[in-house]
Amino acid sequence: MESEILISVQELSRFYGQQKAIENVSFNVHRGEILGFLGPNGAGKSTTMQIICGVLAANQGSVSVAGHDIHEAPRLAKKHIGFLPEQPPLYNDLTVNEYLNYAAKLRGINKDGLTEAINLSKERCGLENVGSRLIQNLSKGYKQRVGIAQAIIHSPSVIILDEPTSGLDPIQIREIRELMRELGEDHSIILSTHILSEIQNLCDRVLIINQGHIVLDQPLDQLNNNSDKPDSIEIGLRNPPALESLLGIEGVASVESINDDTLRINFNPESNMIDAIVEKAVSDNWGLFKLNHGDTSLEATFMRLTHGDNEQLEKEDDAA
Amino acid sequence: MINNIRLIAANELRRLFKSPLAWVILAVVQFLIAIFFYLLLSQYMQPSSPASGLTDVVVSGMYQISGVVMLLVSPLLTMRLITEERRLGTIKLLISSPISITELVLGKYVGITIFYCLMLFMISLMPASLMIGTQLDLGQIASGLIGVLLLMSAFASIGLFISSLTSSPAIAAISTFGVLFLLWIINIAGTNASEGMAEVFAYMSLLKHYTSLLTGVFNSTDVLFYIIVSVFFIILSIWRLDAERTYG
Repeated sequence: MESEILISVQELSRFYGQQKAIENVSFNVHRGEILGFLGPNGAGKSTTMQIICGVLAANQGSVSVAGHDIHEAPRLAKKHIGFLPEQPPLYNDLTVNEYLNYAAKLRGINKDGLTEAINLSKERCGLENVGSRLIQNLSKGYKQRVGIAQAIIHSPSVIILDEPTSGLDPIQIREIRELMRELGEDHSIILSTHILSEIQNLCDRVLIINQGHIVLDQPLDQLNNNSDKPDSIEIGLRNPPALESLLGIEGVASVESINDDTLRINFNPESNMIDAIVEKAVSDNWGLFKLNHGDTSLEATFMRLTHGDNEQLEKEDDAA
Repeated sequence: MINNIRLIAANELRRLFKSPLAWVILAVVQFLIAIFFYLLLSQYMQPSSPASGLTDVVVSGMYQISGVVMLLVSPLLTMRLITEERRLGTIKLLISSPISITELVLGKYVGITIFYCLMLFMISLMPASLMIGTQLDLGQIASGLIGVLLLMSAFASIGLFISSLTSSPAIAAISTFGVLFLLWIINIAGTNASEGMAEVFAYMSLLKHYTSLLTGVFNSTDVLFYIIVSVFFIILSIWRLDAERTYG
């Protein structure tokens, strides 16, 4: 069952002078979908998000939000957008209440709904107790929450958050995740982050962008299917043996040491290598104290898609 | 449209008065102009003073000085208009909101102009106090007030445009000061040029059109001159911010 498409991005390209930021980026986001936006620094995440919000104009391509083209009908489209840029857009000399009041009016909330909207947004972001404090006196986590509060104050159908959990403590991160899950039920959310586990916990779909191109666009459960058979583990040994002796075990493809007592072992997922390693660790008294999944599949995919490219490019550069 | 302009103007004013800058500027300007007012008044009270009227000497003289003081102070008020929105990142909040750039720029302009009106009102209380004891030429005062107001409106729009060019308030302030000063003295720069050019330079001076208004000569071309300057720089600011989305 396909639900309504709220964000449609078609063949978007954007250049800063000669430098290309993104090229030919296309994707759709449906109602009720949380899209995780991943990419190394400078990959074009923020640029794409700013184009969707109309802060930047695209050189080519089109964006429509809730059925309105952001360029042709900006006023209609922007009514449906809540945007949190990387740096929360706050006026330090206003109080939280004054600021949210201004943001709500900017977003076109009329007088009748104003107090209600501000209170709901404050409650959702846990800001009830700081309403009359000056923004400049708040801690970074609270500032971030005020930033999120302004993005959801008009309950937009599209919420775009650029690194929403940066600067928050673990409890706040969990609260914000809860909030996003709640919002994600009937809104579309795009969020960018550096934290892979956040995407895994929260998102329905992941989009990896590297050097201005989309290199992966896949529902998360499809990605996770691949992880039933891990192909690498991390083991901690108090008396690690020589690496060569590990290579002798059947199924081990390669071994690298992460630090003094932790090793990463890549292996053939078809073999019974894990059993063999554990048996050997006990019989040879290696002092096994830890055995983890190595890379999560998302991390592995991310590294392969973004890092691999760089290495390949470097090789090409060297060859040239 | 009007609602959005009002909203942005109101926020601009609120934030101006949240900072000590606005209060200090109001106080300093009031103090300086009070000194000039006193000097002009005591000069008029001298038995040897020329025969021209009280309004001419004291009121117009005070407004003349006000223009110069404003020239010095105005860059400090306009420097943060757009630069600060950029520095704080709030420009993204404004642009991703359902308001147009025209509304944003007009809101900023209206906000700062209201502040100038307030400043002018405070200054005008001093000549108004003369009305307790004597009669003033209210027509000439009105013409002078319109002159100062138009001059400030031109200052505001030039400052607004320059602040839309950069993200550093200091650079905006010093550039605005340079431009305003140049436009003020450009008639002097023209004195060595050929006769035709000198006239052009003199015409471009912000000072020239304002002096005639102060003496009570209400010439519609003078009024138009300031309106055109204001509108021109407001349009430039809108273009500039609009272009930033494409090329910024």
